[in-house]
Amino acid sequence: MKNSMQFLGMAILAAFLVLLPLLLPSFYTGLLSLILIFAIFAMSLDILQGYTGLPSLGHAAFLGTAAYVVGVLNVKVFKGCCFGVELVSGIFSAAVVAALLGLIVLRSREVYLLMILMASSMMLWGIAFKWRSLAGGDDGLPGISRPHFSLIAWDLAGTTHFYYFVLLFFSIAAILMYLVVHSSFGHTLLGIRESETRMQSLGYNVWLQKYIAFIVAAMFAGLSGVLLAYYNGFVSPTELHLVTSAEGLIMVILGGAGTLIGPAIGAGIILLVKNFVSCYTEHWMIILGAIYIFTVMFAPQGIYRLFKQLLQKWRPLWKPS
Amino acid sequence: MEAPLEALVVENLSKQFGGLNALHEVSFRVDPGERLAIIGPNGAGKTTLFQILSGMVAPSSGRILAFGKDITKWAAHRRAALGIGRTFQITNLFLKLTVLDNLLLAMEASGLARYNLFRPVSSYKHLHSQAENILKQSGMWDRRDIPVRSLSYGEQRQLEIILTLSQNRSLLLLDEPTCGLSPEEARGFVSIIRSFPRDYTVLLIDHDMDVTFEIAEKVLVLHFGRVLAFGSPEEVKGNSQVQEIYMGRDDESS
Repeated sequence: MKNSMQFLGMAILAAFLVLLPLLLPSFYTGLLSLILIFAIFAMSLDILQGYTGLPSLGHAAFLGTAAYVVGVLNVKVFKGCCFGVELVSGIFSAAVVAALLGLIVLRSREVYLLMILMASSMMLWGIAFKWRSLAGGDDGLPGISRPHFSLIAWDLAGTTHFYYFVLLFFSIAAILMYLVVHSSFGHTLLGIRESETRMQSLGYNVWLQKYIAFIVAAMFAGLSGVLLAYYNGFVSPTELHLVTSAEGLIMVILGGAGTLIGPAIGAGIILLVKNFVSCYTEHWMIILGAIYIFTVMFAPQGIYRLFKQLLQKWRPLWKPS
Repeated sequence: MEAPLEALVVENLSKQFGGLNALHEVSFRVDPGERLAIIGPNGAGKTTLFQILSGMVAPSSGRILAFGKDITKWAAHRRAALGIGRTFQITNLFLKLTVLDNLLLAMEASGLARYNLFRPVSSYKHLHSQAENILKQSGMWDRRDIPVRSLSYGEQRQLEIILTLSQNRSLLLLDEPTCGLSPEEARGFVSIIRSFPRDYTVLLIDHDMDVTFEIAEKVLVLHFGRVLAFGSPEEVKGNSQVQEIYMGRDDESS
Protein backbone atom coordinates (compact mmCIF):
# COMPACT_ATOMS: atom_id res chain seq x y z
CA MET A 1 0.00 0.00 0.00
CA LYS A 2 2.65 2.43 1.05
CA ASN A 3 4.87 1.44 -1.85
CA SER A 4 2.11 1.74 -4.43
CA MET A 5 1.29 5.20 -3.05
CA GLN A 6 4.91 6.18 -3.39
CA PHE A 7 5.05 4.77 -6.91
CA LEU A 8 1.92 6.71 -7.85
CA GLY A 9 3.39 9.89 -6.40
CA MET A 10 6.58 9.41 -8.39
CA ALA A 11 4.66 8.71 -11.60
CA ILE A 12 2.61 11.90 -11.16
CA LEU A 13 5.76 13.87 -10.43
CA ALA A 14 7.48 12.47 -13.52
CA ALA A 15 4.51 13.21 -15.78
CA PHE A 16 4.35 16.69 -14.27
CA LEU A 17 8.05 17.34 -14.99
CA VAL A 18 7.69 16.08 -18.56
CA LEU A 19 4.56 18.10 -19.36
CA LEU A 20 5.39 21.29 -17.52
CA PRO A 21 7.38 23.02 -20.33
CA LEU A 22 4.32 22.73 -22.58
CA LEU A 23 2.34 24.86 -20.13
CA LEU A 24 4.97 27.32 -18.95
CA PRO A 25 6.47 30.37 -20.63
CA SER A 26 10.06 29.71 -21.63
CA PHE A 27 11.43 31.89 -18.82
CA TYR A 28 10.01 29.48 -16.26
CA THR A 29 11.16 26.46 -18.23
CA GLY A 30 14.68 27.87 -17.96
CA LEU A 31 14.24 28.39 -14.24
CA LEU A 32 12.98 24.84 -13.91
CA SER A 33 16.17 23.58 -15.59
CA LEU A 34 18.19 25.49 -13.01
CA ILE A 35 16.08 24.00 -10.21
CA LEU A 36 16.73 20.46 -11.46
CA ILE A 37 20.47 21.18 -11.68
CA PHE A 38 20.57 22.41 -8.09
CA ALA A 39 18.31 19.56 -7.03
CA ILE A 40 21.07 17.16 -8.12
CA PHE A 41 23.55 19.27 -6.16
CA ALA A 42 21.41 19.33 -3.00
CA MET A 43 20.63 15.62 -3.20
CA SER A 44 24.33 14.78 -3.52
CA LEU A 45 25.04 16.91 -0.44
CA ASP A 46 22.25 15.02 1.36
CA ILE A 47 24.18 11.77 0.91
CA LEU A 48 26.83 13.34 3.15
CA GLN A 49 24.74 15.55 5.44
CA GLY A 50 21.58 13.51 5.87
CA TYR A 51 22.69 9.92 5.39
CA THR A 52 26.30 9.83 6.61
CA GLY A 53 26.14 12.69 9.12
CA LEU A 54 28.99 14.63 7.49
CA PRO A 55 28.12 18.33 7.39
CA SER A 56 29.79 20.34 4.65
CA LEU A 57 30.07 24.01 3.82
CA GLY A 58 32.39 23.23 0.92
CA HIS A 59 30.28 21.14 -1.41
CA ALA A 60 30.54 23.83 -4.09
CA ALA A 61 34.17 22.75 -4.55
CA PHE A 62 32.97 19.75 -6.57
CA LEU A 63 30.30 21.62 -8.51
CA GLY A 64 32.73 24.43 -9.32
CA THR A 65 35.65 22.19 -10.26
CA ALA A 66 33.52 20.23 -12.71
CA ALA A 67 32.06 23.45 -14.15
CA TYR A 68 35.54 24.89 -14.68
CA VAL A 69 36.84 21.71 -16.28
CA VAL A 70 33.92 21.76 -18.71
CA GLY A 71 34.46 25.48 -19.31
CA VAL A 72 38.17 25.15 -20.08
CA LEU A 73 37.70 22.09 -22.29
CA ASN A 74 34.74 23.60 -24.10
CA VAL A 75 36.16 27.08 -24.70
CA LYS A 76 39.90 26.44 -25.03
CA VAL A 77 40.33 22.86 -26.19
CA PHE A 78 37.44 21.32 -28.08
CA LYS A 79 35.51 24.43 -29.10
CA GLY A 80 32.32 22.68 -28.14
CA CYS A 81 32.64 19.49 -30.14
CA CYS A 82 32.84 16.75 -27.56
CA PHE A 83 30.07 16.58 -25.02
CA GLY A 84 30.86 13.04 -23.85
CA VAL A 85 34.47 13.89 -23.04
CA GLU A 86 33.45 17.06 -21.23
CA LEU A 87 30.82 15.25 -19.17
CA VAL A 88 33.18 12.48 -18.11
CA SER A 89 36.07 14.86 -17.43
CA GLY A 90 33.85 17.11 -15.33
CA ILE A 91 32.57 14.28 -13.14
CA PHE A 92 36.00 12.68 -12.94
CA SER A 93 37.68 15.93 -11.88
CA ALA A 94 35.16 16.33 -9.04
CA ALA A 95 35.94 12.75 -7.96
CA VAL A 96 39.68 13.47 -8.00
CA VAL A 97 39.27 16.61 -5.89
CA ALA A 98 37.17 14.63 -3.40
CA ALA A 99 39.65 11.75 -3.36
CA LEU A 100 42.55 14.10 -2.54
CA LEU A 101 40.58 16.27 -0.11
CA GLY A 102 39.05 13.24 1.60
CA LEU A 103 42.48 11.87 2.48
CA ILE A 104 43.10 14.96 4.59
CA VAL A 105 39.76 16.13 5.95
CA LEU A 106 37.77 13.02 6.79
CA ARG A 107 39.62 12.47 10.05
CA SER A 108 37.80 15.45 11.51
CA ARG A 109 34.08 15.55 12.11
CA GLU A 110 31.10 17.74 12.88
CA VAL A 111 31.76 21.46 12.98
CA TYR A 112 35.49 21.00 12.36
CA LEU A 113 34.79 19.09 9.18
CA LEU A 114 32.31 21.78 8.14
CA MET A 115 34.95 24.50 8.57
CA ILE A 116 37.80 22.60 6.92
CA LEU A 117 35.68 21.86 3.88
CA MET A 118 34.64 25.50 3.72
CA ALA A 119 38.29 26.58 3.82
CA SER A 120 39.24 24.04 1.15
CA SER A 121 36.56 25.15 -1.27
CA MET A 122 37.44 28.81 -0.69
CA MET A 123 41.05 27.97 -1.60
CA LEU A 124 39.80 26.65 -4.93
CA TRP A 125 37.71 29.80 -5.24
CA GLY A 126 40.88 31.85 -4.67
CA ILE A 127 42.73 29.95 -7.38
CA ALA A 128 39.92 30.45 -9.90
CA PHE A 129 39.66 34.11 -8.92
CA LYS A 130 43.36 34.78 -9.55
CA TRP A 131 44.19 32.46 -12.43
CA ARG A 132 43.41 34.78 -15.30
CA SER A 133 45.20 32.93 -18.11
CA LEU A 134 43.40 29.62 -17.73
CA ALA A 135 40.22 30.25 -15.74
CA GLY A 136 39.56 33.86 -16.70
CA GLY A 137 40.07 35.18 -13.17
CA ASP A 138 37.23 37.12 -11.63
CA ASP A 139 35.63 37.64 -15.07
CA GLY A 140 35.05 33.94 -15.33
CA LEU A 141 35.07 31.97 -18.54
CA PRO A 142 32.40 32.99 -21.06
CA GLY A 143 31.41 31.41 -24.35
CA ILE A 144 30.61 27.84 -23.34
CA SER A 145 28.48 26.35 -26.10
CA ARG A 146 25.80 23.82 -25.32
CA PRO A 147 26.11 20.38 -26.87
CA HIS A 148 24.27 19.70 -30.10
CA PHE A 149 23.38 16.25 -31.29
CA SER A 150 23.08 16.59 -35.06
CA LEU A 151 22.18 12.91 -35.56
CA ILE A 152 18.85 13.24 -33.80
CA ALA A 153 18.45 16.93 -34.51
CA TRP A 154 18.51 17.80 -30.84
CA ASP A 155 19.58 21.42 -30.51
CA LEU A 156 20.10 22.34 -26.90
CA ALA A 157 20.34 26.08 -27.55
CA GLY A 158 16.55 26.15 -27.23
CA THR A 159 15.22 26.43 -23.69
CA THR A 160 12.77 23.57 -23.96
CA HIS A 161 15.23 21.16 -25.54
CA PHE A 162 17.81 22.02 -22.93
CA TYR A 163 15.23 21.43 -20.20
CA TYR A 164 14.61 17.87 -21.42
CA PHE A 165 18.36 17.32 -21.61
CA VAL A 166 18.67 18.36 -17.94
CA LEU A 167 15.60 16.33 -16.99
CA LEU A 168 17.20 13.23 -18.53
CA PHE A 169 20.34 13.63 -16.42
CA PHE A 170 18.33 14.57 -13.34
CA SER A 171 16.29 11.37 -13.66
CA ILE A 172 19.38 9.19 -14.08
CA ALA A 173 21.13 10.88 -11.15
CA ALA A 174 18.06 10.71 -8.91
CA ILE A 175 17.58 6.99 -9.59
CA LEU A 176 21.27 6.24 -9.00
CA MET A 177 21.32 8.22 -5.74
CA TYR A 178 18.13 6.50 -4.61
CA LEU A 179 19.80 3.15 -5.24
CA VAL A 180 22.94 4.21 -3.37
CA VAL A 181 21.17 5.35 -0.21
CA HIS A 182 19.02 2.20 -0.16
CA SER A 183 21.92 -0.16 -0.90
CA SER A 184 23.78 -2.21 1.68
CA PHE A 185 26.53 0.41 1.39
CA GLY A 186 23.98 3.15 2.08
CA HIS A 187 22.85 1.14 5.10
CA THR A 188 26.36 1.35 6.57
CA LEU A 189 26.25 5.14 6.10
CA LEU A 190 23.17 5.30 8.34
CA GLY A 191 25.07 3.25 10.91
CA ILE A 192 27.95 5.72 10.80
CA ARG A 193 25.54 8.61 11.24
CA GLU A 194 24.01 6.95 14.30
CA SER A 195 27.17 5.68 16.01
CA GLU A 196 30.70 5.65 14.64
CA THR A 197 32.16 3.85 17.65
CA ARG A 198 29.65 1.03 17.39
CA MET A 199 30.41 0.67 13.69
CA GLN A 200 34.14 0.45 14.45
CA SER A 201 33.70 -2.19 17.09
CA LEU A 202 31.43 -4.16 14.76
CA GLY A 203 34.38 -4.29 12.37
CA TYR A 204 33.72 -1.50 9.88
CA ASN A 205 36.52 0.63 8.54
CA VAL A 206 34.46 3.76 9.13
CA TRP A 207 36.98 6.00 7.42
CA LEU A 208 36.82 3.98 4.21
CA GLN A 209 33.01 3.98 4.13
CA LYS A 210 33.01 7.76 4.59
CA TYR A 211 35.69 8.16 1.93
CA ILE A 212 33.65 6.23 -0.64
CA ALA A 213 30.52 8.24 0.25
CA PHE A 214 32.49 11.47 -0.08
CA ILE A 215 33.71 10.60 -3.58
CA VAL A 216 30.30 9.34 -4.74
CA ALA A 217 28.60 12.51 -3.51
CA ALA A 218 31.27 14.63 -5.20
CA MET A 219 30.66 12.90 -8.53
CA PHE A 220 26.96 13.77 -8.47
CA ALA A 221 27.82 17.33 -7.46
CA GLY A 222 30.23 17.28 -10.40
CA LEU A 223 27.37 16.32 -12.72
CA SER A 224 25.38 19.31 -11.50
CA GLY A 225 28.45 21.48 -12.20
CA VAL A 226 28.70 20.17 -15.77
CA LEU A 227 25.03 20.96 -16.42
CA LEU A 228 25.33 24.36 -14.77
CA ALA A 229 28.23 25.31 -17.04
CA TYR A 230 26.07 24.59 -20.11
CA TYR A 231 23.05 26.26 -18.57
CA ASN A 232 24.84 29.54 -17.88
CA GLY A 233 27.13 29.45 -20.91
CA PHE A 234 29.92 30.69 -18.65
CA VAL A 235 31.71 29.74 -15.45
CA SER A 236 32.62 32.20 -12.73
CA PRO A 237 34.30 31.88 -9.32
CA THR A 238 30.81 32.16 -7.75
CA GLU A 239 30.35 28.48 -8.59
CA LEU A 240 33.10 27.66 -6.07
CA HIS A 241 32.07 30.21 -3.47
CA LEU A 242 30.92 29.64 0.08
CA VAL A 243 27.55 31.16 -0.80
CA THR A 244 26.87 28.35 -3.28
CA SER A 245 27.80 25.75 -0.65
CA ALA A 246 25.63 27.48 1.94
CA GLU A 247 22.65 27.63 -0.41
CA GLY A 248 23.07 23.90 -1.01
CA LEU A 249 23.16 23.20 2.71
CA ILE A 250 20.03 25.31 3.29
CA MET A 251 18.24 23.47 0.47
CA VAL A 252 19.05 20.20 2.27
CA ILE A 253 17.93 21.41 5.70
CA LEU A 254 14.84 23.20 4.41
CA GLY A 255 13.68 20.18 2.40
CA GLY A 256 14.65 17.63 5.04
CA ALA A 257 18.07 16.03 5.48
CA GLY A 258 18.13 12.28 4.97
CA THR A 259 15.11 12.10 2.65
CA LEU A 260 16.81 12.68 -0.74
CA ILE A 261 13.59 14.05 -2.27
CA GLY A 262 13.37 16.76 0.40
CA PRO A 263 16.55 18.54 -0.72
CA ALA A 264 15.22 18.53 -4.31
CA ILE A 265 12.09 20.28 -3.04
CA GLY A 266 14.33 22.61 -1.03
CA ALA A 267 16.21 23.50 -4.21
CA GLY A 268 12.92 24.36 -5.91
CA ILE A 269 11.73 26.60 -3.09
CA ILE A 270 15.04 28.41 -2.61
CA LEU A 271 15.49 29.15 -6.31
CA LEU A 272 11.88 30.24 -6.82
CA VAL A 273 12.03 32.58 -3.85
CA LYS A 274 15.46 33.85 -4.89
CA ASN A 275 14.16 34.57 -8.37
CA PHE A 276 11.08 36.32 -7.09
CA VAL A 277 12.88 38.34 -4.43
CA SER A 278 15.64 39.50 -6.77
CA CYS A 279 13.02 41.39 -8.80
CA TYR A 280 12.49 43.66 -5.81
CA THR A 281 15.70 43.80 -3.83
CA GLU A 282 19.38 42.99 -4.04
CA HIS A 283 19.45 41.79 -0.46
CA TRP A 284 18.66 38.17 -1.24
CA MET A 285 20.87 36.92 1.59
CA ILE A 286 18.61 38.53 4.20
CA ILE A 287 15.65 36.55 2.88
CA LEU A 288 17.78 33.41 2.76
CA GLY A 289 18.70 33.91 6.39
CA ALA A 290 15.05 34.44 7.30
CA ILE A 291 14.07 31.22 5.50
CA TYR A 292 16.78 29.39 7.41
CA ILE A 293 15.60 30.69 10.79
CA PHE A 294 11.99 29.94 9.87
CA THR A 295 12.91 26.36 8.95
CA VAL A 296 14.88 25.71 12.11
CA MET A 297 12.04 27.08 14.25
CA PHE A 298 8.99 25.58 12.58
CA ALA A 299 10.14 22.63 10.48
CA PRO A 300 13.47 21.42 11.88
CA GLN A 301 12.83 18.04 10.27
CA GLY A 302 12.35 19.72 6.91
CA ILE A 303 9.37 20.49 4.72
CA TYR A 304 9.09 17.01 3.23
CA ARG A 305 8.62 15.32 6.63
CA LEU A 306 6.25 18.09 7.75
CA PHE A 307 4.21 17.47 4.61
CA LYS A 308 4.10 13.74 5.29
CA GLN A 309 3.00 14.30 8.89
CA LEU A 310 0.22 16.63 7.79
CA LEU A 311 -0.89 14.12 5.18
CA GLN A 312 -1.20 11.42 7.83
CA LYS A 313 -3.09 13.77 10.10
CA TRP A 314 -5.58 14.79 7.42
CA ARG A 315 -6.04 11.43 5.77
CA PRO A 316 -8.98 10.40 8.02
CA LEU A 317 -10.78 13.58 7.00
CA TRP A 318 -11.17 12.63 3.37
CA LYS A 319 -10.90 8.89 3.59
CA PRO A 320 -12.88 7.24 6.36
CA SER A 321 -11.50 4.04 7.97
CA MET B 1 45.41 -28.18 16.32
CA GLU B 2 48.64 -26.56 17.32
CA ALA B 3 49.53 -25.93 20.91
CA PRO B 4 46.78 -23.63 22.19
CA LEU B 5 47.80 -20.00 22.14
CA GLU B 6 46.58 -17.64 24.77
CA ALA B 7 43.49 -15.83 23.55
CA LEU B 8 44.85 -12.65 25.03
CA VAL B 9 48.17 -11.56 26.48
CA VAL B 10 48.53 -8.12 27.99
CA GLU B 11 52.05 -7.00 28.88
CA ASN B 12 52.94 -3.93 30.96
CA LEU B 13 50.05 -1.92 29.60
CA SER B 14 50.01 1.71 30.76
CA LYS B 15 47.84 4.66 29.91
CA GLN B 16 48.29 8.21 31.08
CA PHE B 17 45.64 10.88 30.64
CA GLY B 18 47.75 13.96 31.31
CA GLY B 19 49.17 13.39 34.77
CA LEU B 20 46.68 10.69 35.65
CA ASN B 21 47.82 7.08 35.50
CA ALA B 22 44.60 5.43 34.33
CA LEU B 23 46.48 2.15 33.89
CA HIS B 24 49.93 1.32 35.20
CA GLU B 25 51.97 -1.70 34.09
CA VAL B 26 48.98 -4.01 33.80
CA SER B 27 49.84 -7.57 32.74
CA PHE B 28 47.68 -10.69 32.54
CA ARG B 29 46.90 -13.65 30.31
CA VAL B 30 43.65 -15.26 29.26
CA ASP B 31 43.41 -18.82 27.93
CA PRO B 32 41.01 -19.68 25.11
CA GLY B 33 37.54 -20.38 26.44
CA GLU B 34 38.24 -18.82 29.82
CA ARG B 35 35.88 -16.45 31.61
CA LEU B 36 37.73 -13.59 33.23
CA ALA B 37 36.02 -10.98 35.35
CA ILE B 38 37.62 -7.60 35.85
CA ILE B 39 36.55 -5.85 39.02
CA GLY B 40 37.61 -2.80 40.93
CA PRO B 41 36.19 0.38 42.41
CA ASN B 42 34.99 3.20 40.16
CA GLY B 43 37.91 4.83 38.39
CA ALA B 44 40.09 1.74 38.68
CA GLY B 45 40.66 1.72 34.90
CA LYS B 46 38.36 -1.13 33.88
CA THR B 47 36.64 0.64 31.02
CA THR B 48 39.91 2.26 29.94
CA LEU B 49 41.34 -1.25 29.68
CA PHE B 50 38.44 -2.30 27.42
CA GLN B 51 38.81 0.86 25.33
CA ILE B 52 42.45 -0.03 24.75
CA LEU B 53 41.80 -3.72 24.09
CA SER B 54 39.11 -2.92 21.52
CA GLY B 55 41.27 -0.31 19.80
CA MET B 56 39.27 2.80 20.63
CA VAL B 57 42.09 4.31 22.69
CA ALA B 58 45.82 3.90 22.13
CA PRO B 59 47.94 2.80 25.12
CA SER B 60 50.85 4.96 26.31
CA SER B 61 53.07 1.89 26.50
CA GLY B 62 52.88 -1.87 26.68
CA ARG B 63 51.88 -4.65 24.35
CA ILE B 64 48.72 -6.59 23.51
CA LEU B 65 48.66 -9.96 21.78
CA ALA B 66 45.43 -11.59 20.67
CA PHE B 67 45.53 -15.15 19.34
CA GLY B 68 49.31 -14.82 19.02
CA LYS B 69 49.22 -11.61 16.98
CA ASP B 70 50.60 -8.30 18.22
CA ILE B 71 47.58 -6.01 17.84
CA THR B 72 48.90 -3.10 19.92
CA LYS B 73 48.81 -0.69 16.97
CA TRP B 74 45.81 -2.15 15.10
CA ALA B 75 42.73 -0.05 14.35
CA ALA B 76 39.46 -1.09 15.99
CA HIS B 77 37.92 -2.58 12.85
CA ARG B 78 40.94 -4.87 12.25
CA ARG B 79 40.71 -6.18 15.80
CA ALA B 80 37.04 -6.90 15.26
CA ALA B 81 37.86 -8.80 12.08
CA LEU B 82 40.43 -10.82 14.03
CA GLY B 83 37.70 -11.88 16.44
CA ILE B 84 37.34 -9.31 19.19
CA GLY B 85 33.78 -8.20 19.86
CA ARG B 86 32.64 -5.82 22.55
CA THR B 87 29.55 -4.41 24.18
CA PHE B 88 29.32 -0.96 25.70
CA GLN B 89 28.65 0.09 29.27
CA ILE B 90 26.54 2.98 28.03
CA THR B 91 24.18 1.54 25.44
CA ASN B 92 25.66 2.20 22.02
CA LEU B 93 23.16 1.29 19.31
CA PHE B 94 21.84 2.83 16.10
CA LEU B 95 18.95 4.57 17.82
CA LYS B 96 16.96 5.80 14.84
CA LEU B 97 17.18 2.48 13.01
CA THR B 98 14.92 -0.49 13.62
CA VAL B 99 15.88 -3.57 15.62
CA LEU B 100 16.22 -5.56 12.41
CA ASP B 101 18.39 -2.90 10.76
CA ASN B 102 20.64 -2.80 13.82
CA LEU B 103 21.16 -6.53 13.60
CA LEU B 104 21.67 -6.47 9.83
CA LEU B 105 24.40 -3.86 10.27
CA ALA B 106 26.17 -6.20 12.66
CA MET B 107 25.90 -9.03 10.16
CA GLU B 108 26.99 -7.00 7.13
CA ALA B 109 30.25 -6.09 8.87
CA SER B 110 32.08 -8.95 7.28
CA GLY B 111 31.71 -9.75 3.61
CA LEU B 112 31.40 -7.51 0.59
CA ALA B 113 27.83 -6.26 1.13
CA ARG B 114 29.21 -3.19 2.88
CA TYR B 115 30.84 -2.04 -0.37
CA ASN B 116 27.90 -2.73 -2.69
CA LEU B 117 26.59 0.64 -3.85
CA PHE B 118 23.53 -0.53 -5.74
CA ARG B 119 22.16 -3.74 -4.26
CA PRO B 120 19.33 -3.06 -1.78
CA VAL B 121 19.68 -4.31 1.79
CA SER B 122 16.45 -6.26 1.49
CA SER B 123 17.89 -8.46 -1.28
CA TYR B 124 20.40 -10.20 1.01
CA LYS B 125 18.17 -13.16 1.79
CA HIS B 126 20.69 -15.21 3.76
CA LEU B 127 21.40 -12.30 6.11
CA HIS B 128 17.69 -11.79 6.62
CA SER B 129 17.03 -15.43 7.44
CA GLN B 130 19.95 -15.48 9.90
CA ALA B 131 18.66 -12.29 11.50
CA GLU B 132 15.19 -13.79 11.71
CA ASN B 133 16.57 -16.85 13.52
CA ILE B 134 18.51 -14.79 16.01
CA LEU B 135 15.60 -12.46 16.75
CA LYS B 136 13.16 -15.35 17.15
CA GLN B 137 15.50 -17.15 19.54
CA SER B 138 15.85 -14.06 21.66
CA GLY B 139 12.16 -13.25 21.55
CA MET B 140 12.61 -9.91 19.77
CA TRP B 141 11.18 -10.88 16.39
CA ASP B 142 7.89 -9.10 17.12
CA ARG B 143 9.85 -5.95 17.85
CA ARG B 144 11.89 -6.03 14.64
CA ASP B 145 10.37 -2.95 12.99
CA ILE B 146 10.51 -0.73 16.04
CA PRO B 147 13.21 1.97 16.16
CA VAL B 148 15.71 1.07 18.85
CA ARG B 149 15.17 4.35 20.70
CA SER B 150 11.58 3.24 21.41
CA LEU B 151 12.65 -0.01 23.04
CA SER B 152 12.67 -0.40 26.81
CA TYR B 153 16.03 -0.07 28.50
CA GLY B 154 16.16 -3.80 29.23
CA GLU B 155 15.50 -4.61 25.57
CA GLN B 156 18.23 -2.21 24.51
CA ARG B 157 20.70 -3.94 26.83
CA GLN B 158 19.63 -7.25 25.36
CA LEU B 159 20.13 -5.99 21.80
CA GLU B 160 23.51 -4.61 22.83
CA ILE B 161 24.61 -8.20 23.50
CA ILE B 162 22.74 -9.73 20.56
CA LEU B 163 24.58 -7.50 18.09
CA THR B 164 27.94 -8.58 19.41
CA LEU B 165 27.02 -12.27 19.65
CA SER B 166 25.56 -12.35 16.13
CA GLN B 167 29.03 -11.78 14.73
CA ASN B 168 30.52 -14.96 16.22
CA ARG B 169 33.58 -13.16 17.50
CA SER B 170 35.67 -15.48 19.64
CA LEU B 171 36.92 -12.97 22.24
CA LEU B 172 34.12 -11.02 23.87
CA LEU B 173 34.59 -7.89 25.96
CA LEU B 174 31.38 -7.36 27.94
CA ASP B 175 31.36 -3.97 29.65
CA GLU B 176 28.79 -4.08 32.46
CA PRO B 177 26.12 -6.01 30.54
CA THR B 178 23.78 -5.97 33.56
CA CYS B 179 24.26 -2.27 34.28
CA GLY B 180 20.92 -0.72 35.22
CA LEU B 181 18.92 -3.94 34.98
CA SER B 182 16.55 -5.35 37.57
CA PRO B 183 17.78 -8.44 39.49
CA GLU B 184 15.51 -10.71 37.42
CA GLU B 185 16.81 -9.29 34.15
CA ALA B 186 20.35 -9.65 35.43
CA ARG B 187 19.66 -13.33 36.23
CA GLY B 188 18.62 -13.78 32.61
CA PHE B 189 21.92 -12.35 31.45
CA VAL B 190 23.92 -14.57 33.72
CA SER B 191 22.28 -17.65 32.27
CA ILE B 192 22.86 -16.38 28.72
CA ILE B 193 26.53 -15.78 29.40
CA ARG B 194 26.90 -19.11 31.20
CA SER B 195 25.39 -20.85 28.20
CA PHE B 196 28.06 -19.50 25.81
CA PRO B 197 29.93 -22.30 24.10
CA ARG B 198 33.57 -22.83 25.04
CA ASP B 199 34.80 -21.37 21.74
CA TYR B 200 34.10 -18.00 23.27
CA THR B 201 36.61 -16.36 25.54
CA VAL B 202 34.86 -13.85 27.75
CA LEU B 203 36.17 -10.78 29.57
CA LEU B 204 33.51 -9.30 31.81
CA ILE B 205 33.29 -6.08 33.77
CA ASP B 206 30.44 -6.01 36.24
CA HIS B 207 29.73 -4.20 39.47
CA ASP B 208 27.35 -6.90 40.65
CA MET B 209 29.49 -9.30 42.70
CA ASP B 210 26.92 -12.11 42.47
CA VAL B 211 26.98 -11.90 38.68
CA THR B 212 30.76 -11.69 38.64
CA PHE B 213 31.45 -14.67 40.87
CA GLU B 214 28.82 -16.80 39.20
CA ILE B 215 30.43 -16.41 35.79
CA ALA B 216 34.12 -15.90 36.43
CA GLU B 217 36.75 -18.59 36.50
CA LYS B 218 39.43 -16.02 37.07
CA VAL B 219 39.26 -12.56 38.53
CA LEU B 220 41.47 -9.55 37.88
CA VAL B 221 41.22 -6.81 40.49
CA LEU B 222 42.24 -3.33 39.40
CA HIS B 223 42.82 -0.53 41.87
CA PHE B 224 43.91 2.95 40.73
CA GLY B 225 45.11 1.49 37.45
CA ARG B 226 47.24 -1.26 38.98
CA VAL B 227 46.66 -4.98 39.24
CA LEU B 228 45.88 -5.67 42.88
CA ALA B 229 45.11 -9.35 42.52
CA PHE B 230 44.79 -11.91 39.73
CA GLY B 231 43.63 -15.45 40.30
CA SER B 232 40.73 -17.78 40.92
CA PRO B 233 37.62 -16.33 42.60
CA GLU B 234 38.53 -18.06 45.88
CA GLU B 235 42.07 -16.67 45.86
CA VAL B 236 40.80 -13.19 45.15
CA LYS B 237 38.11 -13.38 47.83
CA GLY B 238 40.74 -14.48 50.32
CA ASN B 239 43.15 -11.69 49.41
CA SER B 240 43.48 -9.31 52.35
CA GLN B 241 44.04 -6.20 50.24
CA VAL B 242 40.95 -6.94 48.18
CA GLN B 243 38.94 -7.43 51.36
CA GLU B 244 40.20 -4.12 52.65
CA ILE B 245 39.09 -2.28 49.50
CA TYR B 246 35.74 -3.97 49.16
CA MET B 247 34.71 -4.28 52.79
CA GLY B 248 36.96 -2.29 54.99
CA ARG B 249 36.83 1.18 53.50
CA ASP B 250 34.32 3.68 52.24
CA ASP B 251 34.91 3.46 48.44
CA GLU B 252 32.64 0.49 48.03
CA SER B 253 31.55 -0.65 44.62
CA SER B 254 28.17 -0.68 42.85
